[in-house]
Amino acid sequence: MSLICLKNIQRIFQVGDERVYALRDVDLSIEHGEYLSLMGPSGSGKSTLLNLLGLLDRPSAGVYELDGRDTTSMDDVEQAAVRAKKIGFVFQFFQLVPRLTAFENVELPLMLSGDPVGARRERVSAILEATGLGDRMHHRPDQLSGGQRQRVAIARATVTGPELILADEPTGNLDSSSGREVIAILEKLNSDGMTLIVVTHDADIGRRAQRRLSMIDGRIAADVHEAPS
Amino acid sequence: MRFLDVIRFSFHSIERTPGRTALMLLAMGIGVAAVIVLTGLGEAARRYVTDEFTSLGTNLVIIIPGKSETTGGMLTAGFGGTTRDLTIDDAFALTRNSQVVRVAPIVVGAAGVQHAGLEREVPIFGTTTDMLTIRRWQISDGQFLPRTDWSRSSPVAVIGAKVRSELFGKGPAVGGFLRVGEQRFRVIGVLSPEGRSIGVDTEELVIVPVAAAMSLFDTQSMFRVLIEAHSRESLPAVKEFARRTIRARHRDEEDVTVITQDAVLDTFDQIFTALTLAVGGIAGISLAVAGVLIMNVMLVAVSQRTNEVGVLKAIGATPTQITTLFLAEAALLSLFGAVLGLGLGLGGGWLVMYFLPALNMAPPVWAVAAGVGMAVATGLVFGITPARRAARLDPVLALARH
Repeated sequence: MSLICLKNIQRIFQVGDERVYALRDVDLSIEHGEYLSLMGPSGSGKSTLLNLLGLLDRPSAGVYELDGRDTTSMDDVEQAAVRAKKIGFVFQFFQLVPRLTAFENVELPLMLSGDPVGARRERVSAILEATGLGDRMHHRPDQLSGGQRQRVAIARATVTGPELILADEPTGNLDSSSGREVIAILEKLNSDGMTLIVVTHDADIGRRAQRRLSMIDGRIAADVHEAPS
Repeated sequence: MRFLDVIRFSFHSIERTPGRTALMLLAMGIGVAAVIVLTGLGEAARRYVTDEFTSLGTNLVIIIPGKSETTGGMLTAGFGGTTRDLTIDDAFALTRNSQVVRVAPIVVGAAGVQHAGLEREVPIFGTTTDMLTIRRWQISDGQFLPRTDWSRSSPVAVIGAKVRSELFGKGPAVGGFLRVGEQRFRVIGVLSPEGRSIGVDTEELVIVPVAAAMSLFDTQSMFRVLIEAHSRESLPAVKEFARRTIRARHRDEEDVTVITQDAVLDTFDQIFTALTLAVGGIAGISLAVAGVLIMNVMLVAVSQRTNEVGVLKAIGATPTQITTLFLAEAALLSLFGAVLGLGLGLGGGWLVMYFLPALNMAPPVWAVAAGVGMAVATGLVFGITPARRAARLDPVLALARH
């Protein structure tokens, strides 16, 4: 069974009198453990698709099954539970809570799920050590470099052990060496079994994935399976 | 989410915006302090008045000659013209009831009092032994009027502290003699100076046996008769007994007014309680204003932290959890404000007491509880709208803002 199965997905925005098709007739299956890149010009619908996959947005029509369950019929609370358990987001602008330390940012998902404090501490420390941030744990985001911030954000996205990582331009705001580090961490997670979907403008990064989707005008224009170059 | 995590998270964001937090706490604090100080003042005034009344004696039934035409029942009850005198025998008849503990008739007049060439015009109080206990007076020197037949006029007097110092100077007063009108009285006691109750300044009083006062002023009529009932519960029965007794003795005519201390006290009590509630309510308005301020502050907080709300949603927070986090912040703000207000209010009360020691400024417990409770309640009520707004934010739009 596929991890993700999209059938005939439409996403329509009403802008004034005009109906804008952000996504039209999208059919897509993604298997467990795949590494997939999503490319295309601005406005082609990449981000909309990613938000939809992450249950931050709902399709106007069509069916989205995640792990065999139809998500379109779920209410907000059920969707939140799925996001908490199965999905991790990585954003271009990191989206760390500025007043919380690295440690506390990573701890947030576990706090929401109500995990006991002791277990939480161990897990957060372990994951930050593993991403090389052991000595930066109690720094706030404004005391960290861009690469470090993105690594904190990845730790936060994966601390609950999700099956699916959605990264929206994860290197878009980083210099190339930090970008390579971040990609390496994400690929490591993928090789450990997490399904990875990366939206990017950078063709070099896009080419690293085994499966590459390109989108134009809300449709999937190409779907290439290929060994990484 | 765990309770402590919610508190910690909310506390964090309060702590990280000290300016806004300080202003908010001040607004809430002033509101709560106003409730506490104003109700405290009202309550102190109420207590002051009731204490003054209680010092007149408790469980008192007062007989006033003349039928009062008004229903107010105040001490100004009418002095009807064509009524029978309220005599000393009437008063004595009132002792014959098991619920009656003490009876004291009063005859009042003013006369010149002389000693060793000094003369003072003072009120003369004709009464009996039990007056001392009924009015809670204290003797500082000598003794009070001896227990004798009421109709026996013995030439003895008890004098107030001021009369004593003005007529006798530093010399001994007990055993000395006074001339009141045409008669000579021997001083047998001096009243303690602290006895000051409503209407009568005991420091300027000369007290003589009732029969002596009757002959001094050539009257048969009592000014008042005071009856002390056995208990508060027996007051109605005693009142009824007094009315019936006097009526039977006055040819079936009801020509006296019978009032209880209670009725007067209750009226004052009600007035002051209403007053306290009114000022408390006015102070409560400032709490509502503080509530609106909390709402404003929280709305700003939500729009400043749109990104954060988006992140929380992305990592799986439910709408309820987001509502809880923002509501907890509003509740914490108002709670800290309430605590600050409690400090200000109690401190303010202490200051008032320091400058006006006569007022016992202990704010009523219900007012403190209501002030703090209302503060937290307004925090929650006015915090709901911003918290809901946060919970309803579209995560995609929320994350798109930088």
